[in-house]
Amino acid sequence: MTETRPRIAVVTFPGSNDDRDAALALEALGAEPVPVWHAETELPAVRAVVLPGGFSYGDYLRAGALARFAPVMKAVQALAAEGGLVLGICNGFQVLCEAGLLPGVLRPNESLDFVCRDVQLTVERTDTPFTTRCIHGQSLTIPVKHGEGCFFADADLLAELEASNHVVLRYQGESPNGSLAGIAGIVNAEGNVLGVMPHPEHAVDPLTGSTDGALILGSLVDATRHPAGVVAAV
Amino acid sequence: MKATVLVRPKPGILDPQGEAVQGSLKQLGFAVEGARVGRVVDLELANGDPQEARAELERMCEQLLANPLIESYEIEVRD
Repeated sequence: MTETRPRIAVVTFPGSNDDRDAALALEALGAEPVPVWHAETELPAVRAVVLPGGFSYGDYLRAGALARFAPVMKAVQALAAEGGLVLGICNGFQVLCEAGLLPGVLRPNESLDFVCRDVQLTVERTDTPFTTRCIHGQSLTIPVKHGEGCFFADADLLAELEASNHVVLRYQGESPNGSLAGIAGIVNAEGNVLGVMPHPEHAVDPLTGSTDGALILGSLVDATRHPAGVVAAV
Repeated sequence: MKATVLVRPKPGILDPQGEAVQGSLKQLGFAVEGARVGRVVDLELANGDPQEARAELERMCEQLLANPLIESYEIEVRD
């Protein structure tokens, strides 16, 4: 029996620069990536979409603030609303926060330095479509590379996020960017939209170091291939 | 009609940019006890009605110019 390759859309905004790496990684993990230009008003027939890293619209105003108004974002919102899977990586995470698909906001790093290195993460949720290949409490090594990755929410919102288990990935030790509570990745209440600052697509090939990113993207491919019952509510 | 929108980091929000500016000013010998860095947006509006323009500017701030989680804004309308 040959398994079909599930189609996963990868959006390119002007200024995206990890779109091709995301597509390569998804392809290596058994999916068929479908490139989508930001000016499209509709997504192809997919159950999942990746918003990749980069500097959409030059990060003008605030990172992600302009990309959220790109024509394709209405289709992304619609896909999310009907339970489709949305993964935002780095700039994609920033776009999802600005678009209101995820709570909180990503601010300039506390150090004001651009941080580019491997980080150690702890997996805190394995019941999301993005982490089924992980083990609870598992340690992952995945690179970050960003200037604005400091997750912020006010005290009430942060308490709510912690109480409702929205945190999927947390930095071990001191966070590389000043993120509150070491938050590296959060999921929405419905469990179908995930934003992460680390780049799983850069950690899928032993030639470039860790392959832990394949656990995240592989989970997404699994969930896209077997859609029934994968979306776990918080 | 012209308008200016001032966007500031809310009080209590860490402003690393402001801290860096304060540090540099201190290095230059200025006795600065605090610095916060915001953003100025100068706008030229097609709408000539000050009240309508102000309502429109409020919506601009809420939807795009400021992120209400971390930023406050002030609107100044001129003729």
